Amino acid sequence: MSTLRPPSLLDRSPFLKATVGSGGNLILSVAVLIVAALLAPPLIRWLLIDATFTGTAESCKAASGACWAFVGEKLKFIVLGFYPQDQASRAYAASALLMALLALSAAPRLWGRWLAGGWIAGLLAAIWMLGGGGPLSPIPTEKWGGLPVTLLLSLGSFVLAFPLAILLALARRSKLGGIRLYAVVLIETVRGVPFIAILYAATLLFPLMLPAGAAIDKFARAAVALSIFVSAYLAEIIRAGLQAVPSGQAEAAASLGLTQWQTLRLVVLPQALKQVIAPIVNLAVGIFQDTTLVAIIGMFDLLNAARAAATDPNWIGFYAEAYVFAAAIYFAFCFVAARYSLWLERHLRTP
Amino acid sequence: MSFHFGFAQGLRAATVALAISGAFLTAAKAGPTLDAIQQRGVIKVGVGTSPGFFAPDSGGKWQGFFVDFGRALAVTVFNDPSKVEFTSSSPQQRLPALQAGEFDILLSGVTQTITRAFKLGFHFGPVLFYDGQGILVKKSLGVEKAVDLDGATIGVQSGTTGELNIADFFRKTGKKYTPVVIEDSKEFVAALESGRVDALTQDSSDLAIRRSQLAKPDDYVVLPERLSKEPLVPAVRAGDDRWLEIVNWTVYATIQAEEFGITQANVDEFLKSDDPSIKRFLGVDTSLGEAIGLDPKFAYNIIKAVGNYGEIFERNIGPKTPVAFERGYNQLWTKGGLIYSPPFR
Repeated sequence: MSTLRPPSLLDRSPFLKATVGSGGNLILSVAVLIVAALLAPPLIRWLLIDATFTGTAESCKAASGACWAFVGEKLKFIVLGFYPQDQASRAYAASALLMALLALSAAPRLWGRWLAGGWIAGLLAAIWMLGGGGPLSPIPTEKWGGLPVTLLLSLGSFVLAFPLAILLALARRSKLGGIRLYAVVLIETVRGVPFIAILYAATLLFPLMLPAGAAIDKFARAAVALSIFVSAYLAEIIRAGLQAVPSGQAEAAASLGLTQWQTLRLVVLPQALKQVIAPIVNLAVGIFQDTTLVAIIGMFDLLNAARAAATDPNWIGFYAEAYVFAAAIYFAFCFVAARYSLWLERHLRTP
Repeated sequence: MSFHFGFAQGLRAATVALAISGAFLTAAKAGPTLDAIQQRGVIKVGVGTSPGFFAPDSGGKWQGFFVDFGRALAVTVFNDPSKVEFTSSSPQQRLPALQAGEFDILLSGVTQTITRAFKLGFHFGPVLFYDGQGILVKKSLGVEKAVDLDGATIGVQSGTTGELNIADFFRKTGKKYTPVVIEDSKEFVAALESGRVDALTQDSSDLAIRRSQLAKPDDYVVLPERLSKEPLVPAVRAGDDRWLEIVNWTVYATIQAEEFGITQANVDEFLKSDDPSIKRFLGVDTSLGEAIGLDPKFAYNIIKAVGNYGEIFERNIGPKTPVAFERGYNQLWTKGGLIYSPPFR
């Protein structure tokens, strides 16, 4: 732009510039609009206009749209899996507790020792609410399912993985060769195999190594497997953050007389973690979705419960509705996380 | 159980073990699987998820044809149909999980084959369901037997043995057909509804479930022929013969009851029967149960709790259910089927 001219509407609106600012953008925008116009009417008809909201499987079959009556009938099962429905309030309370902790953790000014303690206490409380003990009747982990399992696995594994990941990241940067080698082998092995392989190893190989009669709960094995998986990825993210902290910071801290531990805790780690918040949230969203893989070892997380709900002979084959409903829940969580991550990045971009 | 402490303690422990084992089973011959079941107080059963065979109801309870046999086993071992835990796992994972001890038994529709028997170290119980590749056609085609199909377009799902079986079948009959290989599972049924193919071929149990999902199921029929043998059996780990026998005779009890005409509703009337074989079967005459170390009334308890084979079939997958399966080969041997129980004596 060599000549001076008053700023046009296009210059002032980034949105308009991106959509119709150039010939290529214009063609793309029109193409997207046409595809949307073609897809939207049948989709809306299926989702809403022709859908059945109340009634039986028969009335659903007669209609051509989605069968939301099925989701209504199966709501408890999809959300709770095989968890005893007369104890449903316990599962709801556990889920609410975990979501409340998640919401609290979103506020940067609450970050600190108290929140870390809160997570440990909250996870233990959620496990107690689900599993019972004391005044609550015991419910074995085999019966846990649905949303509480998805939340507990993804959040629990993250909390377990965090300290481990920091240790691994530090170990990988250690000057001691043995420790460094150990961290490298662990991280690269875990990152080099698919999560499914780790799950299979935890559920099928691990029990064969235990002495006869000894058994570790399948849920616990899956949670530990997931934590190890998360910690390897998290360690690499944290290492990236550590590398981004200029060495002058540590040197300055040392010259002020801070011990090595103080330097790490007060100067290096806070700066390192702040650098990598976005990738950590990114990883968390990925792990939240990866928990659906526990279906292959016979656990009924939210997605697997939704699928199983459609195998009831009285409500046979409403898979599309089951999956759309489950997808909506996953999307809600992930969308909020993505928006939060954007906000956080802006919020933390302080000098 | 092993005891490496003093004799007196050993004796006491043995007494406790006997008490745990309950009145129904002798502890002496129980193998590792049965021991574990007794200790745990619950049977762990591996199942799949498929409508009519094993599926959760709206209340989160397992229901289905195979599930009912799991409940029957709990009756034999604990005299309580609720002392059983069902876990679903994927087809690839089931057999390794059984091997790893995650389940005591698989009631997930395992096909009995010679490789599985010799190479994998599993034992199989009696056939619960004779499955096999079937053909689903439109009634308007006017075909009643598979041999009448000539020049038909037949949909087969890719990556299954179904392709080979249907080719073999038509080679034998000498008739012509056009195979259409379809990848996606949803498209498989759509091809039949849209008229792209005249027929579909697949395991008959699977076809019955798919038929129930069509807009007008009554316009379609699964032809009576079976192009392959898929006997679905309970599978257990090798090494516990007594557990295997309990599985065998629990299944046989449901079959024998149907042969006697004993149902959940009339089993109490049969207690008054004068027929010595029925008296033995129901445990009115206790000699049989005492001899084999089971509760003499185990068969009575099973029928009372879950019904006979025919009732289990009709309730879950029979013609009146959405799955709408005909008995076919799964009819009693006395009525032209293959379902047969050895004598209870």
